[in-house]
Amino acid sequence: MRRKGSTRDRLLSRLVQVAFVGVLLTLWYLATAKWGVSHLLLPNPVRVYDELKDVLGSGEFIPDLRVTLTELAIAFALSSISGVTLGYLLSRSQYAIRVFEPLLAGVYSIPIILFLPLYVLFFGLGPASKIALGTTISFFPIVLNTIAGFGYVDRIYIVAARAMGASDYQLFRWVLLPAALPVILTGLRMGFIVALLSILGSETIASLAGLGHRIVHLAEAMETARMFAYIAFVVVIAASLNVIVTMLEARGRR
Amino acid sequence: MLQVSAEARDIVPPARSRVLTRTLRRHPGIARLAAIAALFVLWEIAARYWVDPMFLSPPSRVIGSLAAVFRTNGVPAALQITFWELAVAFVISVASGLAIGLAVGLSRFSRVSFMPIILLLYGTPQITILPLFILYFGIGPASKIAFGVSHGIFPIIVTIVAGVQNIKPILLTSARSMGASKWQIFRWVIFPHMIPSFFAGMRLGMTGVLLGVLLAELYVSTAGIGYFTTLFTQNFDPTKLLGLISVLAAMAIVLNEIVRRAEVHFGRWRAE
Repeated sequence: MRRKGSTRDRLLSRLVQVAFVGVLLTLWYLATAKWGVSHLLLPNPVRVYDELKDVLGSGEFIPDLRVTLTELAIAFALSSISGVTLGYLLSRSQYAIRVFEPLLAGVYSIPIILFLPLYVLFFGLGPASKIALGTTISFFPIVLNTIAGFGYVDRIYIVAARAMGASDYQLFRWVLLPAALPVILTGLRMGFIVALLSILGSETIASLAGLGHRIVHLAEAMETARMFAYIAFVVVIAASLNVIVTMLEARGRR
Repeated sequence: MLQVSAEARDIVPPARSRVLTRTLRRHPGIARLAAIAALFVLWEIAARYWVDPMFLSPPSRVIGSLAAVFRTNGVPAALQITFWELAVAFVISVASGLAIGLAVGLSRFSRVSFMPIILLLYGTPQITILPLFILYFGIGPASKIAFGVSHGIFPIIVTIVAGVQNIKPILLTSARSMGASKWQIFRWVIFPHMIPSFFAGMRLGMTGVLLGVLLAELYVSTAGIGYFTTLFTQNFDPTKLLGLISVLAAMAIVLNEIVRRAEVHFGRWRAE
């Protein structure tokens, strides 16, 4: 009886979700088509859809997407290599962990986006300042999770492996790495996501190219419908990247 | 042991006095301060001798310039406005996040229905719609507060819902079997259980609010903080830029620390 009730509940909540989205879309449509909300503030959903088709069909998004993804790839490569290496080195000594972990965690709690004007001063408006910011921001979750992963492996395992005569390499390969990997992968996923967000953010604030720049450019040109189309495009890109890294993390954990 | 030998390597070489070694060993905080000091010395040396003064200025000069930054016309007002934006955005985030979190979390049905929508919104990069906030709310404080709330509210909702959800069913069952009313269950079972997650949510919310408000502040380059960071950047005036950034960073650290302390303080009973 309970099971029956819960299936009906699930159906009902799906219905509520669909209705929620449906009501939002209808309100959006009515507001623009019937109630005279300015199309500069809120474009008609049908027009947004047309613009989206145009953006995707003409391939206009490709240069901006390439800029953003290149920045993301470089920033993530830099931060994951430096973060995992430094995290591993620090985690080799409990003392180093006690000295440096609070320091890194403290810096992590500052909104690092504040450094963006400084990076623009150092590296200019081009991709370099975005890469620098993305690297800095994603470095912290990666290094902290690497320390957490390697630093808090249960001592019993290490002692047992040593007692059975494991070499340094064997200890690393068969004990430390498997124990630390899930935590490190979580750090890498978090780092990837914040790198993406900070790169989009810094493109929005000060840049010459990239998806964030394109959205701001369209906003300033008051081409709201096309801007909405680009926003939808970026949201889908971000969501799919998110799904991909989450899947990779789940696979790596096994 | 791998661990022990690695530890021994980090300690100051034996030539130094044993007392120093032992003090450092017992108090990692001192070593941490030394590391920070070393970084500042490195920065000072780099800025003085290696880097073009157009791009980087030494910390000594930055600290000296703080007074000049505050004397710059409009900077104190901009900082004050930013502080108020942070405060208002935080209060709105906490109040509405709590209300929505309770409304969604307290019934299983609404949780199953609305949680996916909230998580979906939480997962979208709000930074892409920052220009929309400016379009709707103007370049004044309203858009920054709204953008701060858009970043701060979701972590609060999610932690509140998780906090309500994680109550052991046995506690609810036993309260009900002893004849507690709905209100009594909320007041004496759910409410005390929510407190730790409420403060955890407040901490995450503060991080979000800081990010949102500062992003919007930096984005608008015709008024407020963003105007001055752009101005100092374009004038190649790293001293004032670093001064302004340090003031903002200090503001962020203090606000973060307040909510973190509150979280530790109010979350303690659960650990015991």
